[in-house]
Amino acid sequence: MSHESTYHPQSATERWIDDRLPLPRMASDFMAMPTPRNLNYFYTFGGILTFCLLVQIVTGIVLAMHYKPSAMNAFASVEHIMRDVNWGWLLRYTHAVGASMFFIAVFIHMARGLWYGSYKAPREILWMLGVVIFLLMMATAFMGYALVWGQMSFWGVTVITNLFSSIDALIPGLGTGIVQWIWGDYAVSDATLNRMFALHYLLPFAIAGTVGLHIWALHVTGSNNPQGVEVKQNTDTLPFHPYFTVKDLFALGVFCLFFAWVVFQAPNYLGHADNYIEANPLSTPAHIVPEWYFLPFYAILRAVTFDVLFIPAKLGGVIAMFGSIVVLFFLPWLDRSRVKSAKHRPIYKWFLVALFVSVCALGYLGAKPAEGIYVVLSQIFTAYYFAHFLIVMPFIGIIERPSDRPNSITESVLGGSGAPAGAAAAPETR
Amino acid sequence: MTTRYKGSTSLEQGSVMTSFKSAICAGVVAGGVVLSGTAAHAAGEGPVVPRQEWSFSGVTGTFDKAQLQRGYQVYREVCAACHGLKFLSWRNLSQSGGPGLTEAEVKALAAEAEVTDGPNEEGEMFTRPALPSDSIGAPYSNVQEARAANGGAYPPDLSLIAKARSVNRPSLGFAPINWVRDIALGDETRGVDYVYKLLKSYPEEPPEGFQLGEGMYYNDIYPGHQIAMASPLSDDIVEYAQSDVPTTTDQYAKDVSAFLMWAAEPKLEERKSLGLRVLLYLIVLTTLLYLAKRKLWSRVSGH
Repeated sequence: MSHESTYHPQSATERWIDDRLPLPRMASDFMAMPTPRNLNYFYTFGGILTFCLLVQIVTGIVLAMHYKPSAMNAFASVEHIMRDVNWGWLLRYTHAVGASMFFIAVFIHMARGLWYGSYKAPREILWMLGVVIFLLMMATAFMGYALVWGQMSFWGVTVITNLFSSIDALIPGLGTGIVQWIWGDYAVSDATLNRMFALHYLLPFAIAGTVGLHIWALHVTGSNNPQGVEVKQNTDTLPFHPYFTVKDLFALGVFCLFFAWVVFQAPNYLGHADNYIEANPLSTPAHIVPEWYFLPFYAILRAVTFDVLFIPAKLGGVIAMFGSIVVLFFLPWLDRSRVKSAKHRPIYKWFLVALFVSVCALGYLGAKPAEGIYVVLSQIFTAYYFAHFLIVMPFIGIIERPSDRPNSITESVLGGSGAPAGAAAAPETR
Repeated sequence: MTTRYKGSTSLEQGSVMTSFKSAICAGVVAGGVVLSGTAAHAAGEGPVVPRQEWSFSGVTGTFDKAQLQRGYQVYREVCAACHGLKFLSWRNLSQSGGPGLTEAEVKALAAEAEVTDGPNEEGEMFTRPALPSDSIGAPYSNVQEARAANGGAYPPDLSLIAKARSVNRPSLGFAPINWVRDIALGDETRGVDYVYKLLKSYPEEPPEGFQLGEGMYYNDIYPGHQIAMASPLSDDIVEYAQSDVPTTTDQYAKDVSAFLMWAAEPKLEERKSLGLRVLLYLIVLTTLLYLAKRKLWSRVSGH
């Protein structure tokens, strides 16, 4: 529930500004936002993700000052950054590792949302904006990886853009037309790289804008919480500042320790050795694999090895891959349970664990060659992925008897009737 | 203001922890499986090579200057006949964190190479001795010339070779454990281990029944085992100034691999030493944030 403004202008100047553009009021109300007191550390990833976005934008802008988006010079300009630009190696490794950190954080953030039912009313739009951000992130990361113009960049772009040619099976010529339109040429080339750069620079700002909407929506509905019980009384919440600012900062510190460890000790571990070979259209790498965060979706793409009615396998794979993300938009309506948190859903909980395991397994399989047992396993886990959302979610909600839930957040934290005393009731007055 | 630390014994916290735990388990399995996939693909289908000893591995790793100088000597006297170092300039040889040649030495080394420059005022291209700011370059002026001189095979540029190749590590049985091990150890020597092993893995004879192509050599490490490069090293082909260093194939391979690691990652020393300071700073900062958090939250009961 959108909370009342608690801002009182302290001076004539503040009042003057408040009457015209109430930015200080907004900032003040952001800080004072009543936040469920029982949030655990999984709720710190929103702040961590904001940090990741900022890091990517800041390092990215500086990198763009030294990078040359042309097929002739791109690879060499990356090496120029690594060798000759002051702190260039730090900027580039932070940016490259930062992309992985961003995805680690977003996967945890999304899993958190799934576990505690954060997509349900009244947070449907909040959730859907999150899915939009995730899609934009994937597009941005994909194009950013292309800019390195190494072998894996080049062949990754070739494989993924070529997927659109599968549309030819339905409307002959349309797929090829789309692919050439994306390339701006008859092959992945200088023109392709150049537009990838333009879009890679643009999309992060689209992400930032969508994040703004995401946070706005959050401030309208307030945070969900591990109990999945809505805020009912003042004692259910604590002001965002200082309680959650300090908690988020501590979590961010821990996250940064891991981030820094990878940047400084194993900066290339999450990448692929082949991408240190300059792009060569005449030589295809033995195995073309995307970055780790795309592997589950890549596995889904490759799991469809059979035609479905008039849809040939290749197009089917593409539909499944995009479908695996599109389905997330419909979660608020697919889940028929009136209980939010999986904590209070004794049956559904295990299906959700199965979903997490499936996504991880798909990630593993995405890195394996598409042959033999790997294909069969990919098909099984892909089947469960979709079954979870389209079958399990709607039906478990109907047959499941949820376990007892606390009457309020306060009760869940303090036990008993939830009548807190003194300090606990109004900590901010102490 | 007094600080009161209240017992956090409510039942609720227990149950939060339980679901927290199950979710963490799912997360760890998730992260583990996904990232082990990465580790596997990062290594490709390459050979399995355990971690080799290098002065530059580990949190406080640094290059051994003398080793880099010997490695450069091997590169110059052996590898440079066919392989270039296009992303390195002569001046890099004297920059800090590298082989540590003096500027005069670099100038003299560079001057032995010739580069094409121009056009001059008459519009003619001309050759001149290389300057420290010039690229070390390549022995051939283009790929076609390189192929023509090497029976159709192209000797790759070595500037990045120590990062552009990889090996698999012996598995501990479960992929997520491998992943934790590799990250925790900061395993970034897969490429240099590959180079080192490749240089040493030329058996006298290919295994019986192995069909070797025309002009190809058998190598245990190279993918497919057929490599166009003959064994470049053998004992005593390079004379080291340091008399206490053995002049064996193994020593040459080790030295030149270390040199190539530096060539691929010339800022490694700077990175590791800055990294240590950053990590220490973050540990202190995070500890302070934790204490601040604990103090603030001690005001409210139940947490």
